[in-house]
Amino acid sequence: MINTSTIRVLEIDLAEKKIIVQERDDLAPFWGGTGLATSLFAEYVAYDKDPLDPAQPIVLACGPLSAIFPMATKAVAVFRSPLTGEWGESHAGMRIAIAMRFCGFRAIIIRGKAERPVFLTIGPNKVDFQDGTPLWGLPTDETGRILRQISPGRGFRSCLRIGPAGEKQVAFANVNVDTYRHFGRLGLGAVFGAKLLKAMVIYGDSSEPIPDVKHYKEVYDSIYHLAVNTDIMEKYHGLGTSGNIAALSALGALPTENLRKNSFHRSSAISGEAFARDTLVRKVACTGCPVGCIHIGVRRKLFAPGHEYEAAYISYDYELIFALGSLLGITTQEQIYDLIEYVEMSGMDAITAGVLLAWLTEAYQKGIVTKEELGVEPVFNNETNYIKILEDIVNQPNTLYRLLACGTSRAAQELGGQEFALTLGNNEMAGYHTGYANLLGLSFGTRHSHLDNAGYSIDQKALRNNYSLEQIVREIIAEEKWRNVLNSLCVCLFAKEVYTKENICAALSCVGITMTGEDLDKLGEEIFYIKNRTRLKLGYNPNNINFADRFFETSALGQELSRQTLNNMIAMYRSLARI
Amino acid sequence: MGKILHADQMKKCIGCYSCMLACARTIQHDFSPHKAAIQIRSVGGLQSRLVVDICRGCTDPPCALVCNCGALNARLDGGVRFHKNKCIGCGNCVEACTAGAIRFDEDNKRPIVCIQCGTCIKYCPHEVLSMT
Repeated sequence: MINTSTIRVLEIDLAEKKIIVQERDDLAPFWGGTGLATSLFAEYVAYDKDPLDPAQPIVLACGPLSAIFPMATKAVAVFRSPLTGEWGESHAGMRIAIAMRFCGFRAIIIRGKAERPVFLTIGPNKVDFQDGTPLWGLPTDETGRILRQISPGRGFRSCLRIGPAGEKQVAFANVNVDTYRHFGRLGLGAVFGAKLLKAMVIYGDSSEPIPDVKHYKEVYDSIYHLAVNTDIMEKYHGLGTSGNIAALSALGALPTENLRKNSFHRSSAISGEAFARDTLVRKVACTGCPVGCIHIGVRRKLFAPGHEYEAAYISYDYELIFALGSLLGITTQEQIYDLIEYVEMSGMDAITAGVLLAWLTEAYQKGIVTKEELGVEPVFNNETNYIKILEDIVNQPNTLYRLLACGTSRAAQELGGQEFALTLGNNEMAGYHTGYANLLGLSFGTRHSHLDNAGYSIDQKALRNNYSLEQIVREIIAEEKWRNVLNSLCVCLFAKEVYTKENICAALSCVGITMTGEDLDKLGEEIFYIKNRTRLKLGYNPNNINFADRFFETSALGQELSRQTLNNMIAMYRSLARI
Repeated sequence: MGKILHADQMKKCIGCYSCMLACARTIQHDFSPHKAAIQIRSVGGLQSRLVVDICRGCTDPPCALVCNCGALNARLDGGVRFHKNKCIGCGNCVEACTAGAIRFDEDNKRPIVCIQCGTCIKYCPHEVLSMT
């Protein structure tokens, strides 16, 4: 049975094959998620060591509402990023929240490097170190299948695994979570690979008695009602995020062909509407979420004459269609599915892979890289060649491919072409070219992710409401602080409008945590400063952010951007955020 | 007429477990969906399909037949009534249900039995479940 007032932390040492269970009452004010993982990471990180050094910790954390309130479906991972060298944080859903909660550990810390490939099985009463050698080299789907076959906890477990990209320490390798979700972006897969950690199965079948059933039922029902019976969540369940493809293309904010353009002439063929019409077959949900935003499409492929077909069921989303679609000038759903399938199986981040390929295409056109080194020509709208290149990024047959496996920033710094490298803070941009808030938010956000502070959304709001530049800057900072609260609860950010201060306080009261709206703000702010202090020590240098010329050459939401205006906003941001 | 729970629209299931959470919350007063009498799971991973283990509402239920302490009684229109105070936790009913719908709660040493209350239906966002 779980005692909710104590933060139970499981520490795993891969080298020694030992575990320690800690009861950390001192961390209770951070609840879980990003707050807890941030605190633990700051305690364990080796500032003087490389991101892939065995000493570096991986911290996973779920939250106090995980799995027991609608859409509280996420877990947070914090690590030192091999892509940026600094703050690594990533969030994943599917079954991880329910597995971690009923496993009984609010956080799991993994340290050290295994002697040989290993996979971990973590349950409420048992942690097993099992030989991962037979799984090493396998793609993510086959690894998942074997894990499901041999592991306990069916229906209450989460299978985390890396593919060949993680094993080869590609700096943007991800960790696949239950087939359709990921710890993506900042290279957690490479950290797993460096530790020879192929996979983790977490299962949770503990019980947890409800302290006040009547009160819990009332609060649960009110939140469930907002999720299911109002239109707050409809955009995520209906077309899903891919509905943004046509919308952003029409507005001139959809990065296309390495952001030479801001709208795509073939957007109607790869829009959310087109995917839904042509290939969508079902939707699935993370456990505990009644919305079901995960859109699964079918890729039907003729593999031989005589009506010989194969089929793959692939999850698509806005970011994937942008990164492996419009940004690469890809014009059909089938081509996009083939690219998604490759990044999924090899276990690499889709956004980063797309931005890197887009940069490489232009670098090739400008003679910065040659066909001799690459083996094939990177050409917009040629997915076959792109897949060959991605395969070699995993296999790394020569110096160029070893460099490409480090990500776009490193490649452009070494080879040239920084003026069209779409990175901010060494992380590849997400699918929005909306204006200043986006650029500022990505370069100053803790993870350099569009999810840190949603600058892309603030840009659109600013345009509608005629915000001053200072208002934009203040909103970016306020949003990032507030997201620290939501991410400590581990609620899905899509449910942001459901989890108001009032609803959060009510939900927390069901697990014995008393908070006011003001307390929530204070916590968000505290985490904001801890993260910034930590990443400055990890080498983040706000004086040294490169903004590619390309961001200013292509208009954003109909607006020409200027470096001077951006610099003024940066000065405001640094003064207000004390960075 | 007593109604029986059906899950004949499983192709619409999104795997959210809201039904399981509702059952565990309402009947067992526990946060954990592992305590629910209705159990959703995937077969062959999430790429494949979702299935459900539920009480099939037998009119001549084998679980009641093997219950020698009088805790499980057949309902007139199918399914069973569960008298928890009479149960001694022998677990015979778990073995007897060939549909695999009864599991044993090791914490309380009692079986988890569907009582056909219909609470799970109220929380299904996709109309997968029904009572007829």
